Parts: sequence; C-alpha cells; structure tokens
Amino acid sequence: MSDTLTLQPGPEPCLQLSGDWTLPHYQQLRLQRLDTPDQVQRIDAQALTALDTAGATVLLQLLGAERLRALVPHSAGLSPERQALLLAVADAMAEQKGDATTTRYRFGDGLAQLGRRMVSGWQQLLAFLNFLGLTLVTLLALLPRPWRWRITALVAQMHQAGLNAVPIVAVLNFLVGAVVAFLGATVLREFGATIYTVDLVAYAFMRELGVLLAAILLAGRTASAFTAQIGSMKVNEELDALKVHGMSAIEMLVIPRLLALLITLPLLGFVAIMAGIAGGALVSVLTLDISLTRFIAIVQEVPVKHLLLGLSKAPFFAVLIALIGCLEGFKVAGSAQSLGEHTTSAVVQSIFVVILVNAIAAMFFMEMGW
Amino acid sequence: MTADEAIISVRGLRNQFGSNIVHQDLDLDVYRGEILGVVGGSGTGKSVLLRSIVGLMTPKAGQVHLFGKDMLSLPATERAAYEKRVGVLFQQGALFSSLTVLENIALPLIEHAKLTRREASEIARVKIALTGLAAHAADLYPSDLSGGMIKRASLARALALDPDILFLDEPTAGLDPIGAAAFDQLLKTLRDAFNLTVFLVTHDLDTLYTACDRVAVLSQKQVLVADRLDVVANTDDEWIRDYFQGPRGRAASQAADRIDN
Repeated sequence: MSDTLTLQPGPEPCLQLSGDWTLPHYQQLRLQRLDTPDQVQRIDAQALTALDTAGATVLLQLLGAERLRALVPHSAGLSPERQALLLAVADAMAEQKGDATTTRYRFGDGLAQLGRRMVSGWQQLLAFLNFLGLTLVTLLALLPRPWRWRITALVAQMHQAGLNAVPIVAVLNFLVGAVVAFLGATVLREFGATIYTVDLVAYAFMRELGVLLAAILLAGRTASAFTAQIGSMKVNEELDALKVHGMSAIEMLVIPRLLALLITLPLLGFVAIMAGIAGGALVSVLTLDISLTRFIAIVQEVPVKHLLLGLSKAPFFAVLIALIGCLEGFKVAGSAQSLGEHTTSAVVQSIFVVILVNAIAAMFFMEMGW
Repeated sequence: MTADEAIISVRGLRNQFGSNIVHQDLDLDVYRGEILGVVGGSGTGKSVLLRSIVGLMTPKAGQVHLFGKDMLSLPATERAAYEKRVGVLFQQGALFSSLTVLENIALPLIEHAKLTRREASEIARVKIALTGLAAHAADLYPSDLSGGMIKRASLARALALDPDILFLDEPTAGLDPIGAAAFDQLLKTLRDAFNLTVFLVTHDLDTLYTACDRVAVLSQKQVLVADRLDVVANTDDEWIRDYFQGPRGRAASQAADRIDN
C-alpha cells in the first residue's frame, strides 16, 4: 500500500485517491494527513480500486462532512454507487444531532458515584419502611374481614416455603451441629471437659445457630423465589392487570407470603435446632463416649428460656425476608435482566439483614442478662 | 457476478421439526441489489427460512448457495469468511446488553477487522450516524433505548463490516407507523448507497409496498410465488387474495399509490 493519497498542486488542487480504501487497510489509511484540506477543489478517483464505509470515514475525517459533500459531485472517476456511498456518509455525519463527547472527571465521577450510592441506599431504606407500613395497614384492614382471607394462597406458600424446605434445613443443621461438636471436642479435650461439648451444641443451636441458619437458607431459597414470582408478574404486566381490576397486589400477593413465612420460619427454626442437636449427639456418641441418655439428660438441663429466646427472633427474620423478597419483586422494571438483578439483590439484602439483626439481638439479650 | 445473478439461491430445501414439515422442496433466488420481502402466514416458516440461509440451523435436505458457494458443504473456516459478508438484524435487536451501542457496533470490527478500540469507535460512530441515531445514543446501553432506536442500533451493528447481504427479521414490528415509515426509507437509502441485497421477513404491508422490489410468498411449505408486487397481488390463491385484497392490504396499496403520484 503506497500512494493512496496525493495532493496535486496547481491553480485547482486535486486530491488523487488510489488503491483500496477499505476496512482491511483502515489502519494505514487513517495515518494519512492533509495539510490544507480547505484548498482541495476536486477529487480524482480514477485509480481508486475499492471503497467502503471505512474508506469513506477516512475521507470524511480528512475533509470534513461539508467539504466532502461539496466535492463529491465534482469528482472524476467516481461511479454513481461510490458517490452515493460518500454522500450518504457525509450527509449522515453532517445532519447527526447531538453532541457525542461526554466529559469524564476522574475524582468527580467517583465522588458522584459515592453520592448516588448513598442516596440510593437511603431511598431503599425509605422504600422498605414505606412497604412495611403499607403491608401492616393492609393486614390490619384484613383482620376483621375473614371472608377476604386467602387461605388457599397461604397454604400453597406454606407448602412451598415451609414444608419443601424441611429436608434441606434439617440436613444442613445436622451437619453444622456435627461440625460444632467436633470443634468443641477438640478444644475442650485440652481441659478434660469434653462433656461440655453437649452444652456447647445445645446452647449454640437453641440461642443462635438453629434459627439463624434456617433464616439464611430461607433468605436464599424463598426471598429469591418471591422476587422471581412477583417480578415476572411485573414483567408480564400482571400486576397492572390486578390494579385495573380493582384488586390489591399487597393483599393478594404479599400478605399470604408474609403470613406463610411468619408461620413456617419458627417451625423451621425448631426443626433446625433439633437437627443441629441431633448432629451433635451423633458425634458425641461416636467419638466422645457420651451415651445418648446422658446426652439427652444434659440437654434437658438447659433452661428452656434459651430455646424461646432463639425462636423469638424467627418472626422478625420472617418479616424481613418476606418483605425484602416481595419489595424487590415490585421494583423489577420490565426486562429479564432487571428481574435477575433484583433477585440477586433480594438474596444479598435479606441475608445481610438477617445476620445484622441477629447480631443486634445477641447484644441485646446479653445486656439484658437473658 | 452480474446484476442478474442470484446472490442467494436455495434449492430443494427441507426443514422439519419432528414430524412437522415446515419446508419441502423449497426453491428461492435472491438477486444482487434487490430488496426481497418474504411474507406468509404465521407458522409458514419465514424465520426458519432466514435461519437456514444464514446458517443458524442446518436443513434436513437441500442446498443453500450464498455468493455462488454451497454453504452447507463448505469447510467451517471458508464458510466463516463468507458469513462475515452477511449482516443480520434480529427481531428483538439482540444487542449485547452489557455493552453500549458504540461497543456493540465496534465489537465485530475489533474481532474481525483487527482494529484497535479507538479505530473501531471511529467507524462505529459513522455507522451510528448512517442509521439516523443521535450522537449521544452511542454511549447508551440497550436497556435505555426505545424500540425504534434498538432497531437502528441493531441495523448499525449488522452493517458494521459492510456486508453484501442484509437479513432483516420483521424490522418494523413494534414500531409506530412514523418510525416504521422512516425505517423503510432508511433501508432504501442504505441499499442504494451500499449496493446491498436485502432479505426482509415482514408482516408489514406498508413495507412491502414502499420498500420491496420483489415479494416472495411462503405457503404450503414452498415459495408459492416470488415476483414484483403487482404480479404477486394478482396471483390466484386464496391466502394471497385475503392478504392483499383485505382491508389492510387495500389501504396499504392506496397509500403507496398516493406516495407515488
């Protein structure tokens, strides 16, 4: 590739094009410079062998849209098709509206991003409180009207979110219970106090781990399901259809899900506690030479208030998980991508909130001396 | 290759899904530089035909020639070289949702023409202008675009490598009448400027009357007729009569006459 562009001096400076002005040669072509584009009076394309948009782009950058548009009709050796191509490119660029350059500021943009995050976090909190209030008001309005209770939906949700989750909750807690027992046995053996492994497992699962693990599992399993169900209804405009038929989405969709979790999470929490203690029992019996009757006797000596304290957190977790899941579903905007983003967000938020509330509750119980 | 030569030629095409035969002994020629509109009722396999020609699905039997080469028997590497000369506009646009409009158009340029990001962006901006998009649209993501803008951005991506043949799957579906008319006009302008051959699957009668040189009607698993619009419209077939002589067909025909006069 050489001499693709020559400027013939003279009274009428003529721009001579030759060779292939096509995409494969774009990198060489764009290196060419024209010192005095304004003086070009004619284009001579007799030696031009090929031209495409990439070539037209180079010519456009050299001459400018206006100049190119003026020169094309007075050119030699340009076939009508090539003239049409050059004119189409020149016209499009000359007539294009708007400014392409968006200025970027390294620090400013970062700061703006931080600000947007803060504002969006605050708005998310407000939206949640708003949604919580709306749901409570709807729930209170429903209480004296039993004919509007949606028992079928409630039972269906309890089946999905509660009963179907029993195996995974039980297995997971059983395994964690066994691991905690191993850990306790290893550490307590040094002090010759392996018998306290039983107390460790019982206290840990009753007060903290049982309900916490059940809630985290439900946050992953059910909050995402709620978001996906309500979000796909939103994408499908089903929520709008409900509204124009004068039905309340909160009443029909949110309340049954909220109540289902309120009922099932304490039950699942209890299943989790029992499974965890069973896991601990297995390890104790097999590796610590503590008989099963001994194990059960020690567990029975644990004050029942610890079990109640643990289970008392379950309704709070249930409300948080159900409402975050439903609210994220309502926030879905129209596309499958948005549905995916909000499902992820529902899981992340509900797990975060569950662990946060659990930590606050632990501190509170400790300070109260319970 | 002369103007009369078929740039796409389909012979004896047979497509079937299970026992459902969509195409049987289907023949079709598309000539260089023409805009061919493909119409047919729902389920007659318009999109299937398009997908067979561009190589997205392999037909059960038959031959598909692009640029005079049998695409089905060509080795994959040679076939890829020809596929670069084909642009496709999918029905929903199929823009990559994680990339901006500019990056969507620059992607084939970077991948196939081995350009740097900066060089590809320069050419992509020209394509954006050619398809009538505003300059600021370049930095938007597909989720921020309206239906008409998605079609234009997708068309710009289909044109990225200066293809010889452009396949369009219902490009005006979901556009308002003004947007659809502008798109038809854009198609004609681009065809004239780039000497494109256009294979256009459509339901839009206005597009047929204003933009298409020839119309192919798919019916009874074959191309029933492929000819100029006035010939096709007067073909003696029940479906074609209903299609072109129905209230919508007459309205589109009258509108086209008014534009011509």
